[in-house]
Amino acid sequence: MSERRVSLEVLRYDPETDSEPRFQRYPVPYHEEWVVLDALNYIKDHLDTTLSYRWSCHMAVCGSCGMMVNGEPVLACKAFLRDYPDEIRVEPLLHFPIERDLVTVIDDFMAKLARVKPYLIPARDEPASAAERRQTPAELKRFKQYTLCINCMLCYAACPEYGLMPEFLGPAAIALAHRYNRDSRDAGRDERQEIIAANEGVWDCSFVGACSEVCPKHVDPAGALQQVKIASTVDWYKEHLMPWVKK
Amino acid sequence: MSRKPYVREVSKTRWFLRQPRYMRYMMREVTCLSIGAYALVLVLGIKRLSEGRAAYEGFLQALASPGGILFHLVVLAFALYHTASWFNVTPKAMPVQIGESFVSGGVIVGAHYGAWIVISLAVLLLAGAF
Repeated sequence: MSERRVSLEVLRYDPETDSEPRFQRYPVPYHEEWVVLDALNYIKDHLDTTLSYRWSCHMAVCGSCGMMVNGEPVLACKAFLRDYPDEIRVEPLLHFPIERDLVTVIDDFMAKLARVKPYLIPARDEPASAAERRQTPAELKRFKQYTLCINCMLCYAACPEYGLMPEFLGPAAIALAHRYNRDSRDAGRDERQEIIAANEGVWDCSFVGACSEVCPKHVDPAGALQQVKIASTVDWYKEHLMPWVKK
Repeated sequence: MSRKPYVREVSKTRWFLRQPRYMRYMMREVTCLSIGAYALVLVLGIKRLSEGRAAYEGFLQALASPGGILFHLVVLAFALYHTASWFNVTPKAMPVQIGESFVSGGVIVGAHYGAWIVISLAVLLLAGAF
């Protein structure tokens, strides 16, 4: 009996020779415990050394190997061959330009991530010597879920708004801003609101919810965005109806 | 080596056909139109009422016609879908944290259905249905 094989149809694009991407088919041995990343590594090692793709940890932590598998954004290291039919189509993450093969250009996301200031901003009057900022377990729980984001960008590939309006800050960046806004040690909310409460911030989101459905770490960015919308609306009412109330 | 990134265009009119989850989203959004349509029927009813008894009875007859009943059944189905699809995502937008744990999503969704039933009963009571 011949060994079971699966067919990987991989989108290839060589910027030096191709005017547009094309699919290339590779027969790969099937193993119960293999993920799509193992299949790609098999291709790279045994069939075609020119295939380019990003990966690092092989354990759903680094967030490098996000790609479209049968049309769905997934981490290739978390997508088991056993969960797919024998024909598997692998494409680079949607909504990002293709640099080469399965490697995308992620500059837009990196720039947006920096814009939302995803780091603790202490209060101005807080002395630098106040190194220890204690937090209760309940205060930690307020934002813990959003710290699990690994910047894999699957949510951007799933978000139709980002595909249609590339200026949209997008799920992960806003969820991370929300993470710091909810941190009891942080005093930078006003600075971040300038960015995330704008039109190209949360208001470009129409709550499709796809980002949360594909998130491999269950961060629930869709929830974060809706919470930012509510908080921003409350801000607006306070500012316009109750200007004497401090935010 | 020069860079030449390839940009894949997204269809502005057919993007939602790509995934069932996008279709569900479009259903949630589009079904709101049925609530608008029902509001227009109510406005029409008030207009007929202002035009006198005969006009209003004609309006009531139109409501009771097979077409009128079919319209209401379709609008009701769409309104229920619209309502349920929004209620079911409320735990994402309004998580409730008590101490170190979050109230389960089922409780938040259930509270919405509960409030819906209570308000509906109050409206029916005011309308003299009981």
